[in-house]
Amino acid sequence: MSTVEHRFGPYGGQYVPETLMPALDELEAAWSSAREDPEFQAELGRLLRDYVGRPSPLYEASRLSEHAGHPIYLKREDLNHTGAHKINNAIGQALVAKRMGKRRIIAETGAGQHGVATATACALLELECVVYMGTEDMRRQKPNVERMGLLGAWVEPVEAGARTLKEAVSAAIRDWVTNVDTTHYIIGSCVGPAPYPAMVRDLQRVIGDEARAQVLEQAGRLPDRVIACVGGGSNSIGVFKPFVDDPEVRLIGVEAAGEGIDTGRHGAPLTVAGLPGVLHGAYSAIMQDEVGQILEAHSISAGLDYPGTGPEHAWLRDSGRARYVAITDREALEAFATTARLEGIIPALESAHAIAWAIANGPSELDLICLSGRGDKDLAEALDHLGRLSGLGSGPEAR
Amino acid sequence: MTGIERIAEAFESARASGRRAALMPYLMGGYPDLETSRRIGIEYALGGADLVELGVPFSDPLADGPVIHAAGTAALRAGVRLPDVLSEVVRPVAEHVPVVVMCYANPIVARGVERFADALVEHGASGLIVPDLPLEEAPAALRACDERGLALVPLVAPTTPDARLARIGAQARGFIYTVSLTGTTGERTGALQDGLAGVLSRAAACTTVPVAVGFGISTPEQAAAAAAAGADGVIVGSRLVRAAGEGAPGEDPVPAVGALVRALASGLAGTPVG
Repeated sequence: MSTVEHRFGPYGGQYVPETLMPALDELEAAWSSAREDPEFQAELGRLLRDYVGRPSPLYEASRLSEHAGHPIYLKREDLNHTGAHKINNAIGQALVAKRMGKRRIIAETGAGQHGVATATACALLELECVVYMGTEDMRRQKPNVERMGLLGAWVEPVEAGARTLKEAVSAAIRDWVTNVDTTHYIIGSCVGPAPYPAMVRDLQRVIGDEARAQVLEQAGRLPDRVIACVGGGSNSIGVFKPFVDDPEVRLIGVEAAGEGIDTGRHGAPLTVAGLPGVLHGAYSAIMQDEVGQILEAHSISAGLDYPGTGPEHAWLRDSGRARYVAITDREALEAFATTARLEGIIPALESAHAIAWAIANGPSELDLICLSGRGDKDLAEALDHLGRLSGLGSGPEAR
Repeated sequence: MTGIERIAEAFESARASGRRAALMPYLMGGYPDLETSRRIGIEYALGGADLVELGVPFSDPLADGPVIHAAGTAALRAGVRLPDVLSEVVRPVAEHVPVVVMCYANPIVARGVERFADALVEHGASGLIVPDLPLEEAPAALRACDERGLALVPLVAPTTPDARLARIGAQARGFIYTVSLTGTTGERTGALQDGLAGVLSRAAACTTVPVAVGFGISTPEQAAAAAAAGADGVIVGSRLVRAAGEGAPGEDPVPAVGALVRALASGLAGTPVG
C-alpha cells in the first residue's frame, strides 16, 4: 500500500485541533485501502460513467480559437451531472465515508457547486447532508441554495466575517470537531490537512487523464499549455497532474485578481507570492497581513473568493513546474460573455478566468482549458455586472 | 526561574494550600479593550487564579466556539495586535501569576517561532498553547520553547488513542491540557461528559506533568466535578469572556468577572483529595 503525501515540498501538513487527528488517520487508512480496492474502483468508475456522464468531452472551440488567434480545446466538465467538476470528488469521498461507516456528511460551499455535488452524492448514497455556506454566497448563488434543499440537504447559513467561503470552511471544521465520531467532512478542494489535498487531487485527476488521451487522439499532440482556474485549486490540480511529467507542456493556473492585485481586493495568493502560512489545516500560499491574521479575499466568482490555496499548487509554483497568473473580475466577465456569444457555452465565472487569460496571452500552439463548470448559477450576478459595463451583455450592438 | 518551573510551582502551591485543583481562568487579550483586559487578568489573580491562560486574537480560531470567536473578532476590529497584547496584558498580569499564552499557529509562523518565543520570554510569559499544532507539527516550536524554558503545553482530546497519548505525554511541558469533550470551546449546561475521569486518568498515566481540563466548564459545580474526576487544574473560558463583554455601556465589567472567579475559586476550595 503506497502512502498518501502529507507534504509537497515544505507545504501541507496537519494543523488541526487534536480532536481531529484520529479522524484524519482513519480517513487516510480508509482512502489508502479504498484506492487499492478493485471493488471500490469499479463502483466509483461505474458511477462516474453512468451517473456523472464521464468521460466529459474535449471540444475544439473553433470560434473561440479564431478570436484568440490560436487553437483552444475545452475540457467540458460543465457537462457533468450537477454542472461542474466537483461531483468527481464528492462521489468519491461519499463512497469512502460509507466504507468508514459514517452516515452524516458535512461540506462547505462557495459558489454552491460543491454543495450541490455533495447533496447529490448524499441523496444517491442515502447519507445525511449538511452544507455550510456564507450568507453573502447564498445571496449570490441563490439557485444552488434551492437545489441543495430540493436534494434533501440542510444549508447552514454562516454569518461570520465576510460571509463567504473562508468562513464556511471554518464553520464546517468546527462542526467536524464536534461530531467527528459520526461525521465525515467532504472538503471541496485540494486544501485542508493531509490526507485531503492528495485524496482530492487523486479523485480529480480523472479530468487530466481523460484530457491527455483525448487531445492526443484529436490533435495528435500534447497541448502547448494546460490552463485552469485556481481557487482552492481542485480542477486545476486534477487537470495538471497527468501532464506534470510532460516537460513540453506549460501549466498555467489562473487566480482571481478581483478588482485588481494592487487594490488588495483579490483572491490571488499564488500570484502575489507573499509569506506562506497556515490556514484551515495546511501550510500553503495564503493571504495574510504582516502579523499573521488571515485577510478576506475578493472575487466576483464565489468559487475563487478564498484567501488560501492547495499546498501542492504552492509547491508546483516554487519548483517552477507551474506558473500562476491572475485575471480581474472585469476580464472574467468579458470572457463569460464572449464564450457565450462565440461558442454557445455559458461558462462558470470561475472557468471564465482561465478562458480570459488564454485569449489575452498568446501565442500558443494549442491551449487545453479546463472548463470546470457551467455558468447558469452566475446568470443573475453576471448580468447585473455586465449591464454596468458598456458594450457588453444584452443589446444588438454588443459583440 | 524559568516558565516551566513557575508553572510547576503554581500547581504545587495550589495543592499545598488545600485547593482541590489549580484554577486557570482564560481571558482574551484586548477584549473588551486592552486596558480592561489587563484589569481582568489582575482581578483573576486577586480572585484566586493560580495561573492565567491568555488568548491572542486570531481571525480564524477553529477550536473556539461563538463567544471566544466573537471576542477575538471584536479585539481585531479594534486594532489589537500581538505586540499590544504582550506589553499591555501579558507583562502586567505575569507580575501576579504565571501566564500561559494561547495562540493559533499562523501568527507564530508569521513572526517565526524563535522570535515569537523570544517575545513571550521577554514579556514574562511562562508557557504557550497552540490549539492547531498537534504533535506531528510541533517539533520546531517545542525546540524553541525548550531552549528558553517556556512550557509548550499540548492538548489531548477524548478521541486521542492511548498510543498517541503516550507520545504526547512524553513531550508535555508545564501541564497537559485535556479537552473535556469533542467540540469547540463554550459553555455547556449540566454534568460533564461521562468519560472525563477516564480521559484524565489515561492522560495522567502517561506523563509526569499535571493534567488540567478545559472546554465546556463554566460553573463552580462543574469545576468541582472536574477536580473530583481527577483534574489537577481547571480552565474556564467562555463564561468569563461572556461576562467581560456583557456590561451595559459605560459599566465596568471587572467586578462582575471578579465575582465569577471568586465563586469558581471557592468551588475548588476544600479538603485536598488523596
